[in-house]
Amino acid sequence: MKDAVTAIIKKYGNDKSQLVSILQDIQSEFNYLPRAALDKVSKKMDIPQSQVFALATFFRAFSLKERGKHIVNVCLGTACHVRGGELILDSLQRQLGVTTGGTTADHNFTLESVNCMGCCATGPVVKIGDEYFGHMTNEKVEPMLNKYK
Amino acid sequence: MPGKLKSPKELEALHKKLAKGLETDKARVSVCNGTACRPYGSNPVVEAFKAAIDKKGLADKVEFKVTGCHGFCERGPIAIVEPGNIFYQKIKPEDVPEILDKTVLNKQVISRLLFKEPITKAEITAQADLPFYKNQRRIILGNNVRIDPTNIEDYISIGGYSALAKALFDYQPTQIIDIVKQSGLRGRGGGGFTTGVKWESCRNAHGDIKYVIVNADEGDPGAYANEGLLTGNPHSVLEGLIIGAFAIGSHQGYIYVRNEYPLALKNITNAMEQARKLGLLGKNILGSGFDFDVRVNRGGGAFICGESTALMASLEGKVGEPRAKYTHTVEKGLWDRPSDLNNVETWANIPLIINNGADWFKKIGTPTNTGTKIFSLTGKVNNTGLVEVPMGIQLRDIIFNIGGGIREGKKFKAVQTGGPSGGCLPESMLDMPVDFDALTKVGSMMGSGGMIVMDENNCMVDIAKYYLSFLEEESCGKCVPCREGIKRMRQILNDITSGAGKESDLPLLEEVGHCLRDSALCQLGGSAPNPVLTTMQYFREEYIEHIKLKKCRAGVCKDLITFSITEEKCPDCGMCVKACPAEAITAVGKRKPVVLDQAKCIKCRTCYEVCKLGAVKIE
Amino acid sequence: MKCVNWGLLRLSELVTLSINGNKYTAEKGQYILQVARAHGIKIPSLCNLDAVEPYGACRLCIVEITRENRKRIVTSCLFPVEEGLIVETDSPRVIGNRKMLLDLLLARCSENKVIRQLADEYGIEKSSFEKEYWTKENCIVCGLCARVCEQVVGVSAISLVNRGITKGPASPYLESAKACIGCGSCFYACPTGAIKMEDKEGYRYIYNWRIKYKLQKCTICGIEWAPEKQLEYIRKKWNLPKGFFDVCPNCR
Repeated sequence: MKDAVTAIIKKYGNDKSQLVSILQDIQSEFNYLPRAALDKVSKKMDIPQSQVFALATFFRAFSLKERGKHIVNVCLGTACHVRGGELILDSLQRQLGVTTGGTTADHNFTLESVNCMGCCATGPVVKIGDEYFGHMTNEKVEPMLNKYK
Repeated sequence: MPGKLKSPKELEALHKKLAKGLETDKARVSVCNGTACRPYGSNPVVEAFKAAIDKKGLADKVEFKVTGCHGFCERGPIAIVEPGNIFYQKIKPEDVPEILDKTVLNKQVISRLLFKEPITKAEITAQADLPFYKNQRRIILGNNVRIDPTNIEDYISIGGYSALAKALFDYQPTQIIDIVKQSGLRGRGGGGFTTGVKWESCRNAHGDIKYVIVNADEGDPGAYANEGLLTGNPHSVLEGLIIGAFAIGSHQGYIYVRNEYPLALKNITNAMEQARKLGLLGKNILGSGFDFDVRVNRGGGAFICGESTALMASLEGKVGEPRAKYTHTVEKGLWDRPSDLNNVETWANIPLIINNGADWFKKIGTPTNTGTKIFSLTGKVNNTGLVEVPMGIQLRDIIFNIGGGIREGKKFKAVQTGGPSGGCLPESMLDMPVDFDALTKVGSMMGSGGMIVMDENNCMVDIAKYYLSFLEEESCGKCVPCREGIKRMRQILNDITSGAGKESDLPLLEEVGHCLRDSALCQLGGSAPNPVLTTMQYFREEYIEHIKLKKCRAGVCKDLITFSITEEKCPDCGMCVKACPAEAITAVGKRKPVVLDQAKCIKCRTCYEVCKLGAVKIE
Repeated sequence: MKCVNWGLLRLSELVTLSINGNKYTAEKGQYILQVARAHGIKIPSLCNLDAVEPYGACRLCIVEITRENRKRIVTSCLFPVEEGLIVETDSPRVIGNRKMLLDLLLARCSENKVIRQLADEYGIEKSSFEKEYWTKENCIVCGLCARVCEQVVGVSAISLVNRGITKGPASPYLESAKACIGCGSCFYACPTGAIKMEDKEGYRYIYNWRIKYKLQKCTICGIEWAPEKQLEYIRKKWNLPKGFFDVCPNCR
């Protein structure tokens, strides 16, 4: 792990102003922000632990908890809201048995919500990994999830 | 790719060569693979085209282009076939061989794939004839259809970077500022401040090091105009930025891209690399002696980072908290140095203004609101998508002519502009011109271009609550009125929507709202009450119904509605019985209607959705 | 923005402004709040402290200014004075907003004495918001603890974490704050008594940051006068000899 973190820091030239990008890359690498990686960043870049923690908890994109294999992202932007995005989220919570932010017991899914992913015309939208699902309905939720089981 | 271009002449020569390439007899197919087409499956369509062209050996006969957003997202996946400007919609991978055989090779139109006028059912062949496009003025977005955003040569072939050459060699920096000032261009991020004046202040500010910044942190939920532009035509933004940097006297730029826009990030990063290779970015641009480079930063998922001072804090690697702007960022911005920040769309306007002149630009729009504005038209309208219209157009034109009216023949209720900082406007305001000043006057905002249409099935109290919940989560939490005030307002709205509202809630909401407007630290807090205050102003009767009659006329607020099954309409098909996740619906017997158990019902609406005969009633 | 030593700027430009109808002279670059306080004009504020940069979180110090015939509400702790500025510290609009701010704080800190007293001063009996939603917080998230720790002490042991309604000061990962030296500056800076610090049985506890540090005992008088960790930090910083702090300041 330490090598990967060192490489990421090096990629950004040890530049403190790139801390958000560095955390993004760490998250892409490990799927979340492991504590050891954050400590490494703090030490290597000489940034107080408190500031790294502040940043990691301020931005919604970061997760300090380990996440599942597939990230299920439900869009709750306005365009999706007016077409019932919340109902899709409710449905996913029921079917996965977790609340927003939770990971299923088998570590297959983590359910997250996002405030708009920029394809509003096709709402309600759900994204799993890199794949987008538009015009979602309660009925489409189960078959969608089955593709990832 | 050719090497570094060392002069405007070399750029012009390359342009001529590439433009010549466009004058071929080859057919051209351009498929939209923008972010909004992807949920509809545009990726498989693109792959199908590539495979079929390969298999049929058509590479010499057809030029295949994968482009960014075409705008008419509702009908995705979309392709345009030239010659003929033939517009195909809702394409499936199975349709691809037929398009190649019939249309590309034999110039036959496939009527099945054409757009049909919803009322007259008339088929429309050419993209330019579609009501959706016909009523727009696509000076910025229009090029998306013509270029592969990942290929700089495409951009150069249509005259890209010629404005940069003109700016660097024909004008002094101050002349460029004058042109931008004369054009009347106002900031497209929402504030509507005059761009040229902002540039001038930044140029005149003390300091040797200055920064220019592209704000691509389009956090406004329901708006994706910047996404469509940055993904579909990244070079236009980059070109505008370089021109601005030259005018202001900056040698370092930043592009702050929203985390949720992976494709935009990819395309702009790629565009920068290509521009560097061609000598359009970096040291001694086009041999002019002007040095300028750019760095891309990703946001971390925080709406507040669209606010200029919070964005700059984030660029410095800090938590995205705004600060008071009593000293403007053009004087003291990023690292306390003069910094000019403009929205993606503002930057994309610059090359057009330089190439066509301020007078040309001023002819579009109204005298105080020049040019066009891109809106993401979404919600309950038939033709959703990205639309670009001249400023000053009426809301009604956008929603009914371009947008094709309300879905499923329902009744228009409200249009929301400006996102969480904007307001909801009722039917009576549809004849209002869309411009910065008019929208602000009625309590809404232009914002970054979100335009969400709502119908009779949308509850206005719920919408206000939605925005407050959004802001409660997105507030940075620094100042008391924003952090505490939004939470309290949201709690009051929770009470109202769950049937526990009191009449005294309304004046209290107003009081908190006015306190936020006056005393919040930044614009996020200052404009946060707008959705509540405008809905209370224009849809007060809905609030009163919720409070006094415990009734939600739109059938949205769960605690105030019940679901039931109308006996006469129920065919006992069992669809709802099967679909109900709470097992609240049971079939009583053959040829008898099903029964819905209120105690078990979780009001998830599934039965309402699956019932094709309208037997499920919401009261 | 760095803290400015006003003593060095004696030659700087002077401006005249009016506060509540009286004319005052001030140095350009000073903030309204500083000038008002220097002249004994009372403006309430919770998040401002001379030792740290102004932050503008509590908003209680809002005032109404008139510029070019336009009235506007600004934060006096952050607004630099300028020539001809007209300031009203207690206009009806200011009072109305300030009352709402206190109303909001009261709903959050329903049992806090400092907030209660301020509310009393403005004649607020109880918060206008539903009682069932009141909370018993003491922290108003002014950030002084974290700002003092960073800007004055220089250790950045704690920070404001999370955002929105959940924002608040915390130690990294909510564990014992490793970088904390136990100096207690946060405790002294906190305007609402939200930080719980205690010296007991030879140890200093700051419960908010989960620290427990041994106190140094004076070898002469025997009093436990400061956490060892703090003294070690100072000793190293100023390159003082070992054993320098064995004796307390009183016995030295």
